[in-house]
Amino acid sequence: MELSTETPKMEVQNLTAYYGESAAIQNINLTFPERRATAIIGPSGCGKSTLIRCLNRLHETAPKARVEGSVFLDGEDLYGIDATAVRRRVGMVFQKPNPFATMSIYNNVSAPLRFNGRPSREEMDAAVLRSLQQSALWDEVKDRVDAAATSLSGGQQQRLCIARALAANPEVLLMDEPCSALDPIATAKIEELIAQLKNNYTVVIVTHNMQQAARVADYTAFLYLGKLVEFGPTEQLFERPQEKLTESYITGRFG
Amino acid sequence: MMFDRPARRKYFSHGMTILTGLSIVAIMVPLAAVVYQCVVLGGSVFNLDLFIKGLPYPCTPRQGVTCQQGGLAVPIVGTLELIALAALYSVPIGIGAAIFAVEYAGERASARIIGMVADVLAGVPSIVAGAFVYALIIIYDPTIVFSTFSGSIALSVLMVPIVTRTCEEALRTVPNSVREAALALGISRWKTTLRIVLVSALPGIVTGVLLAVARAAGEAAPLLLTLGDGCAHPLQGVTQEGCALPLWIFYGATSPYQNWINLAWGAALLLLLLILVLSIASRLTLDRMARRMRGE
Amino acid sequence: MSPDNPFPPPTSQTLRRVSKWGDRFFLVLVLLATAAVVAVMVALVAVLVYGSREAIESLGLSFLYTRTWNPTGNVYGIVPFAVGTLLTSAIALLIAVPLGLGAAIFLTQQAPGWLRAPVAQLIELLAAIPSIIYGFWGLIVLVPLMRYDVEPLLSKYLGWTGWFGGNPIGLDVLTASLVLSVMAIPTVTAISRDSIAAVPRSQKEAALSIGATDWEVTRRAVLPYARSGIIAGIVLGLGRALGETMAVTLVIGNRNAIPTSLFSQGQTIASLIANDFFEVANPTEVPALLEAGLILLVITLVINIGARLTLARFQAGRGVGAE
Repeated sequence: MELSTETPKMEVQNLTAYYGESAAIQNINLTFPERRATAIIGPSGCGKSTLIRCLNRLHETAPKARVEGSVFLDGEDLYGIDATAVRRRVGMVFQKPNPFATMSIYNNVSAPLRFNGRPSREEMDAAVLRSLQQSALWDEVKDRVDAAATSLSGGQQQRLCIARALAANPEVLLMDEPCSALDPIATAKIEELIAQLKNNYTVVIVTHNMQQAARVADYTAFLYLGKLVEFGPTEQLFERPQEKLTESYITGRFG
Repeated sequence: MMFDRPARRKYFSHGMTILTGLSIVAIMVPLAAVVYQCVVLGGSVFNLDLFIKGLPYPCTPRQGVTCQQGGLAVPIVGTLELIALAALYSVPIGIGAAIFAVEYAGERASARIIGMVADVLAGVPSIVAGAFVYALIIIYDPTIVFSTFSGSIALSVLMVPIVTRTCEEALRTVPNSVREAALALGISRWKTTLRIVLVSALPGIVTGVLLAVARAAGEAAPLLLTLGDGCAHPLQGVTQEGCALPLWIFYGATSPYQNWINLAWGAALLLLLLILVLSIASRLTLDRMARRMRGE
Repeated sequence: MSPDNPFPPPTSQTLRRVSKWGDRFFLVLVLLATAAVVAVMVALVAVLVYGSREAIESLGLSFLYTRTWNPTGNVYGIVPFAVGTLLTSAIALLIAVPLGLGAAIFLTQQAPGWLRAPVAQLIELLAAIPSIIYGFWGLIVLVPLMRYDVEPLLSKYLGWTGWFGGNPIGLDVLTASLVLSVMAIPTVTAISRDSIAAVPRSQKEAALSIGATDWEVTRRAVLPYARSGIIAGIVLGLGRALGETMAVTLVIGNRNAIPTSLFSQGQTIASLIANDFFEVANPTEVPALLEAGLILLVITLVINIGARLTLARFQAGRGVGAE
């Protein structure tokens, strides 16, 4: 894998994001190659979540939040178009699974279709089927798609959230520590999933677990105290880190 | 004082415990007395006629004269009309203000100000609300000053703060993860608020509306100044004088006619039952909301 | 990418174009609703001022110190009703505060867990009973009780204080005060309960650890901490009592004069408006009544805003010290 031959799906230029007066990330320059998984790692508080939330413009919904710099998707400046339109192209899965508690499994997955358009019953059925298959949940719920979403286990709920995000037909899937609330078996299932999802979507995953990054990601970015320290192919970053700081983090000297 | 005579201090403490416990008993006495009276005196007229018959000719039983019991159909319908209209104005306004305070103003000062205005409005005496509506409508159209329409506006002034406050609290209990989940799917802000957040908070909102309705149903003072006395002419238009249960209790209670007084007790019992039912219903919906929030 | 990819690439779907107009329209609606709420607040004062302008212009300040209310002579003064209002509310609080606070203390400190919720709900039921029903009950049950049983006793044993002069007929300031106290109690109890519950456990535990009795803990550690919240609750209860109409109208005797004893018939501002509005003989009375309403409004607004601000500060303060 050579960075120079990859097509950048998303690009971040001189991105600085503030909460009030303090900058959570500063001057980040990064590219996310198309149909690859890119991991963002770093110790707690380094700004990983803030960075990923700038990619779908969710950061600005926080009180007193501000952004400087640019984020590009296929060359288009995401901060120049409507935020809602951005989020239809860049989907997100959160740390704690958050299915809509008042809805069934079917209605959760079809939610992006129902709320963003006027789908026919056939369109919804097809989308729900495809999304649940893509998130490896179909076999487990095919007999009870009308059951409450809250009747699923934690790991299943997270896969439901992935299905829901996929049903919106995004081009990029952001995952903010998607496995940190899950047990090892559920985590393994989702890591398997990411390997499949890469074929169709560009994946960006924030993780505090370096082994996970090593298992799942093609590229890894290491953030420390709001600044980008190093970025490169995962294998290279872990085995031949260019920066001293990266090496210290990987060998567990801090964080 | 703390370090002398431990036994006496202990007895004093027990004495205070008894006294405070007696406060509770003392408070329960008027509650029991009022309820008892309504049940006993109102029970005697509590039959089907109460709900379907019109008001009786006022009379007091004496030698050779039997009085009709009559019924409360007219005031009941009048009250239903008034509440329906008042809810029509106050519920959207209350929910809208609450949505602004929680979803748009959030943590900013304007949210707290709106809450404060709602609380202060809730403390406005109901008779003043009636006087306000009277003074307001007389500017525009003196002919409809005493009307069902007028009365409904007075009641909505009392309902709006209750709806606003309870709706605001209900919206605040919806966790942010719900909003983020919806926004992240590219659902527009207004749809997120209306079709996802509001729906999530619905039990709390319903509770608030029920509480507001319970308050409005029992108010007589504002209607005294705005409703007029249309109890003799049922089912007139909204711009005509109207009739309502609590106001009619006032007329019946202050009348010298025994059958009207009896009927007024029936009306009091009916009001109590209505408020009890609304109270229970609001508590049930609140429980449902709590259960849903816990994910059951 | 791989030949045996089980998932076909996503197909394009007809999603509605994102339009800003939905969000904008919604924001406008919501802003209008908010403006309406604030407007009601403002309009209350403004409209009443406008409605009473004739009285304000012709009577001026005399409205505030005239002691008679005589529509036929165009003489309007709020003094008898202000006295009636303050007297009944003061006596109501005298009864409601010890009982309400006592109940709050019992509920938070002593009552066993299973008792708390039902009793608290019963007290809230007290608040939910409409004023007219209290008035009706007061008229039919309490008034005869006062007239034939309680008031003769009071006259006999406490007549020397000068508060219980005159012939007791049951319809008087005292009875009205009693009914008002019943209606003020739930407010005092509820807010006192919340304020006491907000006292951090560490305060209680510190007092207990130096050997204080339950009552001493309450009196020396809990109540002082909760004091401003409790006072706010009492003031809000006062606000409720000041504005009560129907309960008072039916039992106070409706005499437009300054009460000279607790057995006097009297009138509060609220009951004046209720009684006179419907049968206004002289049209000049209406602006005067509206002015009375305005004064009542201003008094209750000031009291409510003051109490709410105090309560808000108390609740914010407890957040700092609590654990």
